[in-house]
Amino acid sequence: MTGNRSALGGALVVFAVLLALAFVSDSYHLFQLTMLVVYAVAVLGMVVLTGYNGQISLGQGAFFAIGSYATAILMANYNWPYWATLPVAAAASALVGFLIGFPALRLGGLYLALTTFALAVAVPQVLKVDALSGLTGGVQGLTMDKAEPPFHLPLTGDQWIYLFTLGVGGLMFLLAWNLTRGRIGRAMMAVREQSTAAEAMGVSLAGIKTRTFAVSAMLTGVAGALSSIAVQFVAPDSFNFFLSITLFVGLVVGGVDSIPGALFGGAFIEFVPNIANDISKAAPGVVYGAILIGFMFLMPRGVGGLLARALRRGRKLAAPAE
Amino acid sequence: MIGLLHQISSGIASGAIYASVSLALVMIYQATHHVNFAQGEMATLSTFVALTLIHAGVPFWGAFVITVVLSFGLGVAVERVLMRPVMNAPVLTSVGVFIGLLLIINALDGWIFGFTIKSFPSPFHSAHPLLGGLVSPHELGETGLTVVVLTLVWLFFRFTPLGLAMRAAAHNPSSARLCGINVSRMLGLGWGLAAAIGAAAGIMVAPVVFLDPNMMSGILLYAFAGALLGGIDSPLGAVIGGFVVGVLENIFGAYIVGTELKLTVALIIIVAVLLVKPAGLLGRAVQVRV
Repeated sequence: MTGNRSALGGALVVFAVLLALAFVSDSYHLFQLTMLVVYAVAVLGMVVLTGYNGQISLGQGAFFAIGSYATAILMANYNWPYWATLPVAAAASALVGFLIGFPALRLGGLYLALTTFALAVAVPQVLKVDALSGLTGGVQGLTMDKAEPPFHLPLTGDQWIYLFTLGVGGLMFLLAWNLTRGRIGRAMMAVREQSTAAEAMGVSLAGIKTRTFAVSAMLTGVAGALSSIAVQFVAPDSFNFFLSITLFVGLVVGGVDSIPGALFGGAFIEFVPNIANDISKAAPGVVYGAILIGFMFLMPRGVGGLLARALRRGRKLAAPAE
Repeated sequence: MIGLLHQISSGIASGAIYASVSLALVMIYQATHHVNFAQGEMATLSTFVALTLIHAGVPFWGAFVITVVLSFGLGVAVERVLMRPVMNAPVLTSVGVFIGLLLIINALDGWIFGFTIKSFPSPFHSAHPLLGGLVSPHELGETGLTVVVLTLVWLFFRFTPLGLAMRAAAHNPSSARLCGINVSRMLGLGWGLAAAIGAAAGIMVAPVVFLDPNMMSGILLYAFAGALLGGIDSPLGAVIGGFVVGVLENIFGAYIVGTELKLTVALIIIVAVLLVKPAGLLGRAVQVRV
C-alpha cells in the first residue's frame, strides 16, 4: 500500500513539474516537451505489451502511423476538431492491432515480432499508394491547421498543444497503471511468466494476448494522433521502419516492465538523436545499436529498473529495523 | 501469356535469392531458436566488401570467394562475441541484440561506403537472348549459381560427418555433447555458414537491385515470408518457400496489387500462413511438453 501511495506521489510530482514547464519554456522547447510526452505514450504501449505480457512488437511505428493518419485525415479532409479525432485514432489502431495480433499471437515467441516487423516495413508503402492518395495525400502527405486554445484562454498555441498532449498522456499513463494492477494485469503477467499454469487457471491465452496487443496498439496510436496534432503534418516517410526501431530502443532504455520508465524512453527518443546527429549522419544508427546491445548485456531492465532498485534500497535504509 | 511466363521466370530468379536468405535464417533458427534480424545487413556489408575488392582490381570470382570466406569469419565472430553470452537469455534479449547489430552494421555501411546507390557488375553476359528472351543472362546465371550453392549445402549436411555433427548439435545439443560433438564449435560453424550463404545471395542480387545500405531490408522480409511459408524449422521448406514467395511476389506485383505494394505481399503471405497453416508447408507443428 505504501508502495502504491509513494508511486502516486512521485507521479503527481513529475506531472506537476511537466505542467509548470508549460509556462516557463519557449516554443521550441515546448515542442520538444510535447514530443517527449508523445513518445512516452508510444513507449508506454510497448511496456504494457512487452513488460507485462512478454510479447515483442517490432512494428509499433505502424500503429503510430495509423493513429497519426486517422487524426490527419479527419482533420484535413473532413474538418473535424482535433480533440474529436482521438477516439477514432484509438479505435482504428486498436482494431488493426487486434486483427494483426490474432493470427500471430496464437503462436508463441517470435511470431509476433516477425509479423509486426513485416507490418512496419509495409505501412509506408500502403500510405503512398495512388489509389488512396485522395485520402492520405500520397507521397506529399497532409497538412492540418494548428489547434487553438479554447475558451479564449490566455495561452499561446504551443502552450495549449503541450498542455493538451500532457493531459491526454497523463490519462493514458493512469489507464495503463490501473489496467496492469487489476485482474487483467495479473492475467497478463501470469501469461508472461507461465502460460501453461495461467491457462490451467482459466486464463484464455489467445484472448489475453490479443487484447493486450490491441491495448498496446491503441496507446501507441493515440501517441501518433497527438504527434499529428503537434506537428500539423504527416507524410509516409516519417513512419518508416526506423520509427519502430526507435520506439523499441526507447522501450529498452526506459525499462521494459517499468511504466514510469516510459518517460525516460520518451526523453531518450526525443533528445538523443539530436545530439547524435550533430556527430555524423551515420551516428544515430551506431549510437542506437550500441546502446541497445549495451543495455541488453548490462542493464536489461533499463533506467526504470535501475530507479526501482534504488528506491527499494533507499526504503530499506530508511527502515533498518525490518 | 509470354508476359506471365516472364513474370514467373524473374520470380524464380528473385526467389533464388529469397531461398538463400531463408535458408540462412532457418539454419540459425534450428540451431539456436533465434531469428537473426541482422541477417540482411550482414549480407549487405559483405556485398560492400565485394564491391570494394572489385574496384581494387580483384577479378569478380576472386572477390566473390574472398568475400564469402570473410563473411564466414564475420558470422563466427558475431556468434562468439554477441550471441554466446545471451544464448539462454529471454527472447527479448536476443531480439534486442540482433536489432542493435542491424542498426550498427547499417549505419557503418553508410559511414564507410556512403549512402548513395551504387551499381554492381554482373559476371554473367550473353550475346544472344536466352530461352527465347524470357530471362536475362544475369537472372539465369544467378539462379543457377544459387541452386549450386543450395545443392552444395544440402550435400554437406547430408553426406559429410561434419554436416551430420552440425545437424545433431542443432537438434539435440545435450545428446550431441554426450556423443563427443563440440556443440559450441558447431554453433559457430552454423553462423559462419549462414553468413557465407547470405553473402553469396547479396552479391548475386546487387546487380539487379543496386547496392545501398538498405539493399537487403526488403529481401529479408521476403525471406521471412519464405521461411514461415516453408516451415521455420525446415531447411528444405525454407528453400521451397523462398522460391514460392519470389514467384508470388512477381505475379501479385504485376497483376493484382501493383509494384508499389510489393512489400505488402510479404505481410499478406505471413499473415495467411499463420492463419491457415502456422507450421508452414514442411515444418512440424510445435508441441511443447509441460
